[in-house]
Amino acid sequence: MLKTKCYRVVPPTMFLALMLMMLPLPDWAQPFRPDWVSLVLIYWVMAVPEQIGVVFAFIFGLLLDVAQGSILGQHAMGLVLIIWVVQMLYLRIRVFSLVQQAMVIFALLIIKQLLVLWVSGIVGQAPDLSTYFLPSFIGALIWPWLFVILRDTRRRFTLAKKL
Amino acid sequence: MQTLFSQGPSVTLRTIILVIISIGVMIADHRWHHLESLRGGLETYVIYPLRYTINLPVRFTSWVEQSASSHQNLLKENQSLKEQQLRAQVSLQKLSILEIENERLRKMLSARPKVGELVLVAELLSVDLDPYRQQVIINKGADKEVYIGQPIIDAWGVMGQIIHTGDHSATAMLISDPSHAIPVQVNRSGLRSTAFGTGHSNKLELRYIPHNAEIEIGDLIVTSGLGERFPPNYPVGRIIEIERPAGETFATVIAEPVAHLDRSREVLLVWHNPPVEEKTEKKEEEVDDAKN
Repeated sequence: MLKTKCYRVVPPTMFLALMLMMLPLPDWAQPFRPDWVSLVLIYWVMAVPEQIGVVFAFIFGLLLDVAQGSILGQHAMGLVLIIWVVQMLYLRIRVFSLVQQAMVIFALLIIKQLLVLWVSGIVGQAPDLSTYFLPSFIGALIWPWLFVILRDTRRRFTLAKKL
Repeated sequence: MQTLFSQGPSVTLRTIILVIISIGVMIADHRWHHLESLRGGLETYVIYPLRYTINLPVRFTSWVEQSASSHQNLLKENQSLKEQQLRAQVSLQKLSILEIENERLRKMLSARPKVGELVLVAELLSVDLDPYRQQVIINKGADKEVYIGQPIIDAWGVMGQIIHTGDHSATAMLISDPSHAIPVQVNRSGLRSTAFGTGHSNKLELRYIPHNAEIEIGDLIVTSGLGERFPPNYPVGRIIEIERPAGETFATVIAEPVAHLDRSREVLLVWHNPPVEEKTEKKEEEVDDAKN
């Protein structure tokens, strides 16, 4: 029962996040685009860790790779690893205040970007580093708002009583 | 019956397996380009519909703009287009004479005649991929026989080449991408070189040019046709900077692309007839891909 409900809410929000990653932005705004897919996925893993996990992360990581034209598996590996961390720590992260959560999210996003950067470095496509970590910072800043929005969405679909 | 893994593998084990798969996929994609069909499938069935949806508002506004633009504006546009057409016609006449003359001269030299090139207009769907790489998505794909390695140009010069194809869309790498290089020739002196992308859409770097080479600021560089990927004699860029540092073996030469890399909305796909053997080989490869 819970499972079917979960699959009615999570994939649409994930595809929405994927669309936000592809939305055309003016050049100056480009470096500020947060990693929507990671943020939304982290939320869902924290909310329903029994249903949403690393396999989901792998699938959306691959889709993100196709959408961004990066090497297949680059974002997938980063996402799988940070989602694994969330799977290990979700009980603790849940009881944090929103500000503390945002700090954890910042750390997770930085880890993912480092993993992606590492792969880019190995294949010799090192990006411009002056603005490279801005998306993680912006992601942590919008986390509290995103959290509230997604929590309300989840409650509307009465997905779980937890959190 | 109670199986050993009734709960499925643990999260950590699954993570390890998925990371190993990711690394395998990365190696297969980067080293051997084995996964074009997977990428193409995902692009066609998942990403393209999303991109299409994102682009709907843009299409809608441009449609409204077109239907609401005044009669006066249309007349004005019509007028200027007619003038342009006339001018183009004049230069085309000259060109056709030159072409005939060229053909004749080539025949006299019994060289292979220059074959006609087939072109197709495509529209840019998106330019906002990874901001650190110079790639664009166009709205024509494998269904229009777009192939990997196909050159794309705009009205001013060479833009880049196709690197991935989906059914209805394709990804192209621009000549300014840091991992792109294009064989070129200085139009005036015939000096051959290779133009490397720098990651900035207004800069190309010509490497391995000796200090005493015949090259000047303002020189036009064109494709040399070597490497058989790009058709010869299409404009690529103009030299804007030459430095000859005393201690170095080669001069630093910077060119500005003549194609409007960051402004064009329409691009042309070029089928320049490659040698027959190569073409059949390509076809076979494509068929193999399709089978896989």
